[in-house]
Amino acid sequence: MKLFDGQGTKDIGKPWRFEEDGLTVTRGCAWSPPGCHPTGCGIKVYTNDKGELVKIEGDENHPITNGRLCVRCLTMKDYVYHPDRVRYPMKRSRKDRGKDKWERITWDEAYDIIAEKVAYFKEKYGPESILIMGGTGREGGPMLPAYAHACIGTPNACYTQSGYSCYIPRVAGTTYVLGATYPEMDYAGGLPGRYDNPEFTIPELIVFWGKEPLPSNGDGLFGHAAIDMMRRGAKLMSIDPRANWASTRAEWHLRLRPGTDAALAMAMLNVIINENLYDEDFVSRWTYGFEQLAERVQDMPVEKAAEITGVDAELIRDAARAYATAKPAQIAWGLAIDQKSNGVQAGHCILALQAITGNVDVPGGQLIGDVNDGLELGFGWNNLGPELQSKIMGIKEYPAYVGLVLNAQCDMVLEALETEKPYAFKMGIFEDTNLLAGTCAAQPKRWHDAMANNLEWSFGIDVWMTPTIQACCEIFLPLSTTVEHDTVVYTHYGASPIMAGAVNKCITVGETKGDCEIMYELGKRCMPINFEKYKDYYDFLADYRLGYKQTFEELRDEVVHQKTETLSYRKYESGKLRPDGRPGFNTPTGRIELFSTMFQQFGEDPLPYYMEPQLSPISTPEEFQKYPLVLTTGARTYCYFHSEGKQIPYLREMNPDPLIEINPKDALRFSIVDGQWVEVENPFGKIVLKAKVSQIVKEGVVHAQHGFWFPEADCEEPVLYDVWRSNINELIPHRYIGKLGFGAPFKCMICKVSPTDKSWDTDMQKVWERFGKLVIEK
Amino acid sequence: MTFGILIDYEFCTGCQSCEVACKEEHGIPVGQWGIHLLDDGPWECSDGKFNWNKYPVPTRLCDLCAKRTAAGKQPSCVHHCLAGVMQYDTVANLAKQLETKPNQVLFVPKPYKY
Repeated sequence: MKLFDGQGTKDIGKPWRFEEDGLTVTRGCAWSPPGCHPTGCGIKVYTNDKGELVKIEGDENHPITNGRLCVRCLTMKDYVYHPDRVRYPMKRSRKDRGKDKWERITWDEAYDIIAEKVAYFKEKYGPESILIMGGTGREGGPMLPAYAHACIGTPNACYTQSGYSCYIPRVAGTTYVLGATYPEMDYAGGLPGRYDNPEFTIPELIVFWGKEPLPSNGDGLFGHAAIDMMRRGAKLMSIDPRANWASTRAEWHLRLRPGTDAALAMAMLNVIINENLYDEDFVSRWTYGFEQLAERVQDMPVEKAAEITGVDAELIRDAARAYATAKPAQIAWGLAIDQKSNGVQAGHCILALQAITGNVDVPGGQLIGDVNDGLELGFGWNNLGPELQSKIMGIKEYPAYVGLVLNAQCDMVLEALETEKPYAFKMGIFEDTNLLAGTCAAQPKRWHDAMANNLEWSFGIDVWMTPTIQACCEIFLPLSTTVEHDTVVYTHYGASPIMAGAVNKCITVGETKGDCEIMYELGKRCMPINFEKYKDYYDFLADYRLGYKQTFEELRDEVVHQKTETLSYRKYESGKLRPDGRPGFNTPTGRIELFSTMFQQFGEDPLPYYMEPQLSPISTPEEFQKYPLVLTTGARTYCYFHSEGKQIPYLREMNPDPLIEINPKDALRFSIVDGQWVEVENPFGKIVLKAKVSQIVKEGVVHAQHGFWFPEADCEEPVLYDVWRSNINELIPHRYIGKLGFGAPFKCMICKVSPTDKSWDTDMQKVWERFGKLVIEK
Repeated sequence: MTFGILIDYEFCTGCQSCEVACKEEHGIPVGQWGIHLLDDGPWECSDGKFNWNKYPVPTRLCDLCAKRTAAGKQPSCVHHCLAGVMQYDTVANLAKQLETKPNQVLFVPKPYKY
């Protein structure tokens, strides 16, 4: 099937493996590493008779990506054969933390040591003294609770980003308000024939709300599907403080002050409700608490929201009317919603907008999974037993958080690492996470000091030596890439009825292993109760990832399995959203709870409200005098996946230095010129970044890039790959979170910016000489 | 027949897949490009809207992926373009396409030595 004029057709219809000009070509889907979300883009991997990777291309057979491929997979060969890649398990002694004193060991020795340590800490301090930390998006990300509960046998899995400020605040709203899986913008991903399938409707309007899906492919949404639909007539609305590229193709661009999304969303609800632009039939049949919501949003008239957000009142009205009258309309709501303590309320409003306009689970609207779709959660949990379950950190204080994701509340975890209260963590596990590198931790130096000093023993799993593992670990387990192991990728962690894809092993590099394989092998040693029923790894994979609906071999033959058997619309009518098979949504009232009985149970306001960011021109005017710029962070780039990619020359070349975007007027005001290195400071920290003077940000707002470390720098403490020099998360405070434990101000802080007379510019020639020579070893 | 590349820059998102696909295909070092993304924007117009166009421009190194096209494949940049806004064809065919939609640009590259 050809989706656009430029699409190649040469290999359409080829099997999963075929020969071409003396090379073997293996079709498959990519997940990670290299880091990405579970988009499962189609790849063709070309290997020679020596079993070496020759090149990689996009697979034109893939129903969603159609041969298209981003730079992170295009540079796969540079990644897998990189001279700095760790290819074998390694160990070093506790006293050598922070030093490059690793020695190669075998997997058996590594597993033996780990199993012995796990048994020791369980016996001496209790299983809860073992803390396993994970990152986002990569295959290991959603496996984090399973690694803890099923594989190691501790209740304490922890995604370390203050307030779990990534995806889960939105999922919380979704679970409690909607009683369904995450409502993703519908791009016909599960429908054969895609946009031309008669079941599908091209949306009249796509809204990007605090999301840049084009570079990020967040949660497995192939962002450029939005471009496909725009070229088929969909209009775009952008709700984003930055004038990113997509916003320049939007008919409406609402450039709100960072952190004020809930105020804007409440005002849009106000307009739609007061002007009777909502879907009365849907509201009366399928929602709960509409009257209370209508009353609540009277607190946020458009003029008030205009004042708070800095968006023109008429533009807010126009946007609300445009969204309510476009049929269907869809909202891609992003990370920006999660990264504020008021984010759950902003998300609640966005769900309410989707609901009262009748866009939930309709073609071209918001697609949700059926009751059988969902995140892989719960593996091994029951076998922990009630006593151990009750010890998961934060279950009493933050039940809406801890109970939802079976994760220890991360702000409490940092404090426990520092103070040993309510109990001490003794052993650490770093599963695919480089949390010190300005990614998924606020104030990472605090994490560093607490972990490096107070964890008695740790091991890490990654592709590269990272500042995090270098600082904290005694054993390094080398991870294989997406072309070196057999596993399964499923769009949106399985929560959307889109597709499952086969990730196919094509080559072997050193003695690396994949996340699923490591979990299976280590789990057999540490928690045999959860793994002994499987006859081999593929049996485990078929259960864990495919629920025995297919074997891996069957999926591999298909390469991509579109989930046509579960894809249907208006499932609230057919009973497919509830375990009891009755119509409605899977909430206590059976309806979408505009008035949330679950929030009420957790002691939170059942209705959405607006709260200023904790530090802002409005809430702290005196501090703002000293730090007169609103700081937002972490916009995505094509070249990097958070901290990943800095050592790949072609990627580094696209964005060699960590940038801070500053408006030309502010640049003049603070005597900064384009390309100058500047100090960025607030009450929590001070770093240096390189100024990019651009109207991409409004006057009064700066945007700083995240995730920078410098693999070419000294790897040992205290330099530690220069991880502190430009680490924007040093300026983000810990525990500035919402009532339910969610959301921290990664995207709504304040700072000042002052020029320096120094340069830390990257020498790309050195990067090329150091990292450009690939190492293919047997 | 003369071949070229037609690019719909209205929807070029600036992903740089073309640049990197080309570098990988031809082994071009950092600091050099076979196709290079030029960036005009964002700058604000009087009506408050922004101009921001991205133009992938073939360089003097571009041979339109002669080996690939001889084997029936698309040039690597065209094949991998995330927005799907590039087309490879005869200039005659592309010229017809150029008439059907504004905000496109047609390149007819050929390696040159001066």
